[in-house]
Amino acid sequence: MSAVIRLQAVEPDTVTTAPAAANTPPPPESGPSRASRIAGGLAAAGKAVLPPIMGLAVLVGVWALVSTFSDYLPGPRATFLAAVELFSDPFYVAGPNDMGIGWNVLKSLGRVALGFGLAALVGIPLGFLLGRFSLLSKAFNPVISLLRPVSPLAWLPIGLAVFKAADPAAIFVIFICSIWPMILNTAMGVAALPQDYMNVARVLQLSEWKIFTKILLPATVPYVLTGAKLALGIAWLVIVASEMLTGGVGIGFWVWDEWNNLNMSHIIVAIVVIGSVGLALEAGMAKLAQRFDYRHQ
Amino acid sequence: MTPYLQVDHASVEFRTPRGLFRALDNVNFKVSEGEFVSLIGHSGCGKSTVLNLIAGLVEPTAGGVVLNGREVAGPGPERAVVFQNHSLLPWLTAYGNIHLAVEKVFGAQETAAQLKARTEAALELVGLAKARDKRPHELSGGMKQRVGIARALAMEPKVLLMDEPFGALDALTRANLQDSLMEIQAKLKCTVVMVTHDVDEAVLLSDRVVMMTNGPAATIGEILDVKLPRPRQRLKLAEDGEYHRACAAILRFLHQGGAERGHAGAALALAVG
Ligand SMILES: Nc1ncnc2c1ncn2[C@@H]1O[C@H](COP(=O)(O)OP(=O)(O)OP(=O)(O)O)[C@@H](O)[C@H]1O
Ligand SMILES: [Mg+2]
Repeated sequence: MSAVIRLQAVEPDTVTTAPAAANTPPPPESGPSRASRIAGGLAAAGKAVLPPIMGLAVLVGVWALVSTFSDYLPGPRATFLAAVELFSDPFYVAGPNDMGIGWNVLKSLGRVALGFGLAALVGIPLGFLLGRFSLLSKAFNPVISLLRPVSPLAWLPIGLAVFKAADPAAIFVIFICSIWPMILNTAMGVAALPQDYMNVARVLQLSEWKIFTKILLPATVPYVLTGAKLALGIAWLVIVASEMLTGGVGIGFWVWDEWNNLNMSHIIVAIVVIGSVGLALEAGMAKLAQRFDYRHQ
Repeated sequence: MTPYLQVDHASVEFRTPRGLFRALDNVNFKVSEGEFVSLIGHSGCGKSTVLNLIAGLVEPTAGGVVLNGREVAGPGPERAVVFQNHSLLPWLTAYGNIHLAVEKVFGAQETAAQLKARTEAALELVGLAKARDKRPHELSGGMKQRVGIARALAMEPKVLLMDEPFGALDALTRANLQDSLMEIQAKLKCTVVMVTHDVDEAVLLSDRVVMMTNGPAATIGEILDVKLPRPRQRLKLAEDGEYHRACAAILRFLHQGGAERGHAGAALALAVG
């Protein structure tokens, strides 16, 4: 994918040089210099594109090699054919528990969105409070330190016991694992606020609300978005595992189901899909972070 | 006559990892209404701390600050501060930074158009009308400082506290701004306390120069009256004997008196006076 995009990105360079050279009568030395420039551009493109292609080739090569020794692991070719079949109809519905891979991914994304959104709704304001009032941070930091290292999946039984259903329990697990980075990063952003800015607020006797909107919020947004980015990454890691345990429709359970059917080529396709979605989520968050960071405007 | 502003036997101690650090010891001076006072002293002696004390940003561990008969209990917009490091909010434009202050001070009684006019006038005053929509990271050090000055002036404070406001400026801009400051002060009649490193600047602008001894536990070494009539013109001052005497007295203090914690200062004051 990225190789294709990079190649296209180089194209305008080679295109614009051509008309420029055609419009003006070429000076004697322009011929070779133009050629060398195009050659240079191609070389640069090669430098950017070749290493990732090489890395991918090594991976596929090792995979192909290993698969020849294994009875169960399908090779790249078989997997590609399986992928083509899967993606020819990603949104079929054959029953409540038999849907296309597209539906499974969307279901998982929906759970992540809900758990992550709730975590943001609770975690970001909590982070602001902890950062702003040292009494609160003294009260809650020990609790956070204790709970944060706990694997999110350890919360699944609690979720199941409280909600008595698989779906809310999975969302609860996402909520729990997303909330720590949001609280901690937001609080860190507030605590890292330079005293100078607060001095301005004090001299102006700004109201607590003005301090929040004019100083605290803009100064902290980059930290909040870093926390959100971390949280989203973790949430996407965790949803696969928790769906394996809770079942239903979702990419995690889909992987587990295919494992029960010993359909390894589908599992490999799922791995690639999970990786791509994770990459897209991260890229989206990075874009968002850049959009709202005062340092990049 | 009771003084307008009095730093009354104030001491300041900072809590540090190595115990209490006494930055100021028994600092005592008075400022009349409309007076221009400079604080001068070696780097790190505690000039900013005195200014922050008057601003209410630092609390004294002993003594206090009295403004217009009332003890200063905290910061307030009637004591505007030009911070040494300009302290502009990086997510606001030059206009936004000034407008925030203008809105706070005049927002209750003026229309949006009036607030806008005030903000733009302040930008104009420091010659930054063109940089209106730039954010601090797009401004040079001197421009940032000028926005900081504009922000404080736009508040029309009773007391203007300035911490090396012209430090990062080139000589020409500095001279221009010093002249505008003298004009503004003559017009608004505000009381000014300014920290500076620059002897000529202190004499040019001030009615009195407060000289501080070296820290730790810095205090007032000597206070010099600058008996030059106003309005002052920098070119004429170059030929004025009183101007040179004042500069020489400050220089002498900085070279000897500051180190000797003010004992020599008393003798000097007699010699100068
Ligand atoms: N918040 C603080 N905590 C601990 N020590 C401090 C604090 N603020 C200032 N000091 C110390 O107090 C002394 C005076 O500092 P201050 O900033 O007032 O000096 P200054 O005269 O303004 O110096 P400069 O001319 O370099 O700006 C210094 O020794 C400094 O280290
Ligand atoms: Mg200072």
